[in-house]
Amino acid sequence: MAKNLFQKVWDAHAVRELSNGQTQLLIGTHLIHEVTSPQAFGMLRDLGIKVKYPERTFATVDHIVPTDQREEPFSDPLADAMIKELAKNAEEFGVTYFDLGSGKQGVVHVVGPEQGITQPGTTIACGDSHTATHGAFGAIAFGIGTTQVRDVLATQTMSLGKLKVRRINVEGQLKPGVYAKDVALHIIGLLGAKGGIGYAYEYGGSLFDSFSMEERMTVCNMSIEGGARCGYVNPDQKTFDYLKGRPYSPSDENWDEAVEKWKSFASDSDCEYDDTVNISADDIAPTVTWGVSPDQGFSIEGLIPDPKVEENENDRLSIQEAVDYMKLEPGNPIKGTKIDVAFLGSCTNGRLSDFREVAKFLKGHKVSEGVKAIAVPGSQIVDLMAKKEGIDKIFSEAGFEWRGAGCSMCLAMNPDKLVGDQLCASSSNRNFKGRQGSPTGRTVLMSPVMVAAAAVNGHISDAREVFSL
Amino acid sequence: MALEKIEHIEGKGVYVQGNDIDTDRIIPARFMKCVTFDGLGEFLFYDVRKDDQGNDKEHPLNESRFSEASILISNANFGCGSSREHAPQALYRYGFRAIIAESFAEIFFGNCCGLGVPCAVASHEDINKITDIIDSDPSTEIKLDIVDSTVSVGDLVVSVEIPQAAKDALTHGRWDPIAELQEAEQDVDELVNHLGYLD
Ligand code: SF4
Repeated sequence: MAKNLFQKVWDAHAVRELSNGQTQLLIGTHLIHEVTSPQAFGMLRDLGIKVKYPERTFATVDHIVPTDQREEPFSDPLADAMIKELAKNAEEFGVTYFDLGSGKQGVVHVVGPEQGITQPGTTIACGDSHTATHGAFGAIAFGIGTTQVRDVLATQTMSLGKLKVRRINVEGQLKPGVYAKDVALHIIGLLGAKGGIGYAYEYGGSLFDSFSMEERMTVCNMSIEGGARCGYVNPDQKTFDYLKGRPYSPSDENWDEAVEKWKSFASDSDCEYDDTVNISADDIAPTVTWGVSPDQGFSIEGLIPDPKVEENENDRLSIQEAVDYMKLEPGNPIKGTKIDVAFLGSCTNGRLSDFREVAKFLKGHKVSEGVKAIAVPGSQIVDLMAKKEGIDKIFSEAGFEWRGAGCSMCLAMNPDKLVGDQLCASSSNRNFKGRQGSPTGRTVLMSPVMVAAAAVNGHISDAREVFSL
Repeated sequence: MALEKIEHIEGKGVYVQGNDIDTDRIIPARFMKCVTFDGLGEFLFYDVRKDDQGNDKEHPLNESRFSEASILISNANFGCGSSREHAPQALYRYGFRAIIAESFAEIFFGNCCGLGVPCAVASHEDINKITDIIDSDPSTEIKLDIVDSTVSVGDLVVSVEIPQAAKDALTHGRWDPIAELQEAEQDVDELVNHLGYLD
């Protein structure tokens, strides 16, 4: 019977049915970080059990690690303790740990692909909701809670209910100034932040075929913002080319066999989906959010919605709540809204291609006075490669602070935080209330090039105009 | 690894009065920056137990006569709010082994069950009867019988509700999925070998 990739990977990794009716699913690769793993290791100690497959578990520090001060002890004693705890756990349980001294540290979802750990046809779990990023390689990757982290550590399996699969086709090519991030925001806006509940998203069509691996990662990354538990793209030659020669990729003598196997996981051409959505790339504009949920977004030309004209009571209330929180005036264009902070980074848009693309346009421009602009590479390797290409200089000369690798202001568990009701043009993935560290801080999500345009102008701008795209 | 079969819980009780006691109340969000759940017990109900100087406020958990309590008694919709696992963990780490209330929030109930902390539902009247007894004599032993679905407090015996699935899980020592996951160890190893890439 013809199957899609999700079904093939699921069937290949199903151990058995559990008494709760869910499936016991084998997890091929387990990624961990300092925030959601220490409690799980604590539980293992309480239960007196070991990590079942320590060689399939990979750790790094990202969520809490400071991006300016890179030497221990860190100024926040709690952060310092959490990072030390991860080092201790990795050592005690025999888990590979890409620490700050390794040169490989970074946001866990940047590190996995970079190291070749993320591979097609595999299952991946991580105690972080953006694990779907790894789906760009044709892996089925789940974000999980702390108890499940423990379950995977202890048994290399977890209990999970099967998902339905929605195929999202995007045909055509993006117009200049429109990026993968805009595709992600467009899909979420179209299908809603809850639209994907119960689904895995399979992204395809000519746009995804033409996308680089990094662009695919950006879209898969934000599957969770659309409510989907995971998202993926079928593996193809680009996937294999990306993986070739990476530290954890199959060796040369096993390479051809591995590629054949990976190919066999791709969705069959005549397979069925539970739902299909067709989108034209032509309809996608540079997209920004105006509210406090990632689906509250529109084209850069958009006007702030007016709750008064909304007929549906629930929608009216949520628009009201969003514009009140964002302190935006209904009917006004979003373009021109003053910004205080520009943040470039995160597992959505903190890869080399993101910084390269921005650097192309940033040269010769200056960050507007009064704007705090920070550029945070997704990993130490991204940092290193950017420096090799002189990209960090272009950013510094323009007035960006070039930082060390980590999650930084994506969730602001480290010292990088908004203050008061500052408004941040951000390349990250969540615009929830208080997400960037201040209970009244405001986030506007957009592509990296749009962040740069906002930084240069000091207000939300159309990058196509600012950089003559 | 066989889990303990939880058929009954015995201990002294304490009554934390109120409907809709949410997970933020049980453990404020700022205590989630932690290395293990171990220390969470200390911060249980922190903002209602302590003032901003860290001094004790009036709260049953601050009364020495209830210091030995291991069964928490409360009212309706206990544990509502976020799905954070830190809330049941804080209760467990503080020393609570069972909760009796008029009703529970669904996710909280599941999280407790996963820790082997039974949550039993009693009627409003019965909660009043139980709390009257422990208020007059905090040393009274409470016995929650999961098999029979009863609570005995001194001479008083009342019936409680525990959903069958939770009952089975607790009394068969299957309250934590890890036990069942661990049973399949051999199948897992075989599958790992078969798949190849995990070597
Ligand atoms: S960059 Fe942001 S979304 Fe990504 S793992 Fe870090 S905190 Fe989570």
